[in-house]
Amino acid sequence: MLLIIDYGIGNLTSIRNMLKKAGCPDALISKDKAAIAEADKLILPGVGHFDYGMKQLRQADFFDTLNRRVLEEKIPVLGICLGAQLLSQGSEEGAEPGLGWINAYTRKFDPARMPGALKVPHMGWGDVAIQKESKLFAAMPPDPRFYFVHTYHLVCEDPADELVSCTYGYPFTAGVEKGNILGVQFHPEKSHKYGLQLLTNFIKYY
Amino acid sequence: MRRIRVIPVLLIQNAGLVKSIQFKKHQYVGDPINAVKIFNEKEVDEIVILDISATQAKRAPNIQQIAEITGEAFMPLAYGGGITRLEEIKEILYEGAEKVVLNTSALDDPQLIARAAQRFGSQSIVVSIDVHKNWLGQYKVYRNNGTKNTGINPVELARQLAELGAGEIMLTSIDRDGIFGGYDLDLLKQVTQAIDIPVIACGGAAEVQDFQQAVSIGGASAVAAGSMFVYQRPHRAVLISYPSQQELNEKLFSQL
Repeated sequence: MLLIIDYGIGNLTSIRNMLKKAGCPDALISKDKAAIAEADKLILPGVGHFDYGMKQLRQADFFDTLNRRVLEEKIPVLGICLGAQLLSQGSEEGAEPGLGWINAYTRKFDPARMPGALKVPHMGWGDVAIQKESKLFAAMPPDPRFYFVHTYHLVCEDPADELVSCTYGYPFTAGVEKGNILGVQFHPEKSHKYGLQLLTNFIKYY
Repeated sequence: MRRIRVIPVLLIQNAGLVKSIQFKKHQYVGDPINAVKIFNEKEVDEIVILDISATQAKRAPNIQQIAEITGEAFMPLAYGGGITRLEEIKEILYEGAEKVVLNTSALDDPQLIARAAQRFGSQSIVVSIDVHKNWLGQYKVYRNNGTKNTGINPVELARQLAELGAGEIMLTSIDRDGIFGGYDLDLLKQVTQAIDIPVIACGGAAEVQDFQQAVSIGGASAVAAGSMFVYQRPHRAVLISYPSQQELNEKLFSQL
């Protein structure tokens, strides 16, 4: 059973809508620790402030359960948007430590490195470049593009963890994959056939 | 390559899809849900849906209709019309809309923008400004679907809205609406130069070159259009269309 973690942050209905289309009609949206303990795979969504997200996870008392399921039992987890940033060690946006599952840090877009016409947040579609072979991008239609809304992005300490990159002013990490731990900065649930294929792959191959 | 969002704007009046000319002469063009399905198949970047009859009728957003629409929209969707309360914004976002669009209530209750931005993030709060150019050549903000002159200067208002926490400004020229004459580039320039948040140009688009001008000359971050995507010229036959990725690449993205 696929479970979308409800920790009071982010738009969960649209993820469930896309999962339905991807052939997973029974994805569960849940804030129940016992349900997380039973799930086969997890989606960690999220939109908003890094510290708020980490505090919400702590308040829900999810840390131990999540660490055990993901780090020891190695069930697949897909972070989306803020959910992907939370996989990192921490963020320039706040003071809270992240989940620390990926050896990466979350940094703010640097306007000094970008042409003046580009605004932050990065809001819109971006073409992505796949950096390593992954089932998550299996059978992906040509020229994949995804919808982004973000002010911060991941920076990997270990380049081998980078799954996809995108360019906005300069290239940045748009997705990571390390074993059972995956994260994408963009919104597959808002990204037409590309997002549909990605979520279909997550259901099918992980 | 820099991608610009190209956004169809759909107007709902009494549950039907309509299109206007200069905010008047609304003509029925079809069923909203069917239109969203077609735009979804055409893989549009984003879609804006405005219920233009809600405020006039003092009607709250129709959450059930919004849920039906978002169930067919696998792209970002912004919804506006009749929103006056934080709770309504919460429900609309919960149903799968990415953003809400405020217009009349942003003028009546500016603090709603601040509270909404704080709670849901600026990125989900779009404020639309409808502008008419008077006979003296002055730009004035109109409200209640373009029916009442507020006397306010759009640049001043845009500054205030940005300050309050609006994430984007959708800037519509009432005079250009539905007449296929290109965007009001002067209006766009004035507003985009005054604020840092993205401005969505709206009103007047006839072809992809107009998008390019709105961005290159007007400084817009995104472009929106209504008639161009629901009518086939010259006879305004109803036909939903959207430029292909190839056309957008050639005439827009690669020209920026």
